[in-house]
Amino acid sequence: MSAATTIAPALPASGNRRRRRGRWNAPLVAGLILFGLIVACALCAPLLTSQDPLKQDLANAFLAPGAKGHLLGTDELGRDVLARLLYGARVDLRVGVLAVISPLILGSLIGLIAGWFGGWIDAVIGRIVDIVIAFPFLVLVIALVFAMGPGTTSIYTAITLVGWVAYCRIVRGQVLVAKEQEYAMAARASGLPTWRILLRHLLPNVVLQAVVFSMSDIVLTLLAIVTLGFLGLGVPPPTPDWGTMIQEGQQFILDKWYMSTIPGLAIIITGLALALIADGIVEKANQ
Amino acid sequence: MRYLVYILKRVVSLIPVLIGISFIVFFLIRLIPGDPAATLLGVHATPQAVKELREQMGLEDSLPSQYLTFLGHLLQGNLGYSYVYSSSVVDLITVSLPVTIWLLISGTVFTLLIAVPLAVLAAARRNGVVDNIIRAVPVVGLGMPAFWLGIMLILVFGLKLGWFPVAGYGTGVVDHLRGIVLPGITIALTLSPILIRSLRASMVDVLGSDYIVTAHSKGISTARVVLGHALRNAAVSSVTVLGVNIAYLTGSTLVVERVFSLPGIGQQMINSILGRDFPTVQGITLVFAIMVVVVNLLTDVTHAALDPRVKLA
Repeated sequence: MSAATTIAPALPASGNRRRRRGRWNAPLVAGLILFGLIVACALCAPLLTSQDPLKQDLANAFLAPGAKGHLLGTDELGRDVLARLLYGARVDLRVGVLAVISPLILGSLIGLIAGWFGGWIDAVIGRIVDIVIAFPFLVLVIALVFAMGPGTTSIYTAITLVGWVAYCRIVRGQVLVAKEQEYAMAARASGLPTWRILLRHLLPNVVLQAVVFSMSDIVLTLLAIVTLGFLGLGVPPPTPDWGTMIQEGQQFILDKWYMSTIPGLAIIITGLALALIADGIVEKANQ
Repeated sequence: MRYLVYILKRVVSLIPVLIGISFIVFFLIRLIPGDPAATLLGVHATPQAVKELREQMGLEDSLPSQYLTFLGHLLQGNLGYSYVYSSSVVDLITVSLPVTIWLLISGTVFTLLIAVPLAVLAAARRNGVVDNIIRAVPVVGLGMPAFWLGIMLILVFGLKLGWFPVAGYGTGVVDHLRGIVLPGITIALTLSPILIRSLRASMVDVLGSDYIVTAHSKGISTARVVLGHALRNAAVSSVTVLGVNIAYLTGSTLVVERVFSLPGIGQQMINSILGRDFPTVQGITLVFAIMVVVVNLLTDVTHAALDPRVKLA
């Protein structure tokens, strides 16, 4: 080792730089900056606009973007589009992120149990997974939201009940490999209680893939939420939501094309930021 | 013969899944908070009417016997009666299902037309400028909501250019075909990024294998090696990817039908939800799940037919 340093003194430095590049790759940095900006805009909504997203002003409806006092114009009820966009970001981002966390937790735990115990427990869980994935994601979510009634609680619950299966499959696969590893066998041999082996020893080792997947899952969940809004089954009005804004704009698409276009662009940019983060994390995890 | 046995086994293995699907659809109605009959009839219902509907819906029976009744009706092809449309749910679905199936076919065809050439081009010019563009664009499109894309296509090709109808399905074959072009393209644009990725990856794999090198060294033209030798093998693994995504696509028909006002089962489902027409929502949810199961079956069977390495056990 000392020979290596004397022959090539520059080596440790370049190795360091390579490691740092491994930690922060370009998509990850770009995605984090973009997403950070979006979150900052959502959090600072009251500072960025003085308008109330719910205040109607029929005398000033359908103002085009650039109108005085309304940077992005107003909608059919005279509500400020910029304010609705910013406050809508708060709603959609919060629901989107929260709606990914509970399937992640539920699916990981069930996958952990299926993979560890195997046998009939695994067979039963596997069957349930088969049944849930037989439904198109959106169809079952919509049917569940309908059955449970509108509101954010229904949306969280529906997405959790349908979304856990992906995490269950990922974690189960990881557990099947991990439980044959020495540390897992050692933990079992030392007579620790099962819950302790699962949660303290196994979980930290198998959860990475599930977390990586959850990053790309946020994009799909966000799309599902705005789609619910578009179909009139999302966050109940008058709470601003990007999907609802697009749906309201569709009726006036010929003359007021920007009404649907602007919230759509907001979704695309948010989706891009999240996709970049997901790509960056996958790249990092593969190193 | 072994192939037929394989198909038969796959079909039999679906039975538990189908039973599970019927179970979930059955339980949807139990999720309604409070008394389903009272909720369905609204606040102005008389207690007498609620009681009658409860009996009609079989809510007075025990849960297991309710499920068995439901399953029995299902096996007879009876999905219940829609009070909103005064028609049996099966009739409603029979009318709208063909539209959805045509939309699925149109979406799949356009997806193949977009994804296959781009994936082949990207793989053949690996790491070149074209490849990088083809790989970068889908990342942008990943977060694009299908309904928004549909509205934009309506705006440009329907309203501004007038090439395609803005909404609806018209009457007659020509109108039908014109009506499903833009919806099909909408689906294709949201689906092709995933297919391009997977097809490109398997093309790159195949192009690096020995038999491709041999084909090149025999002096066969690059175009023939790529299209004749490589694509055929790369396509086999992409059949599965396409199958998985057609299941996903089946769900997005719901939204696309809504945007383009196509009278398919997705549109019917949304209308039934807005009209609180529960039996129809239940029936369509079931049909969607069965469609996915059938597509998955067809995918597996096709894959087994194309790839001799698939174990037919």
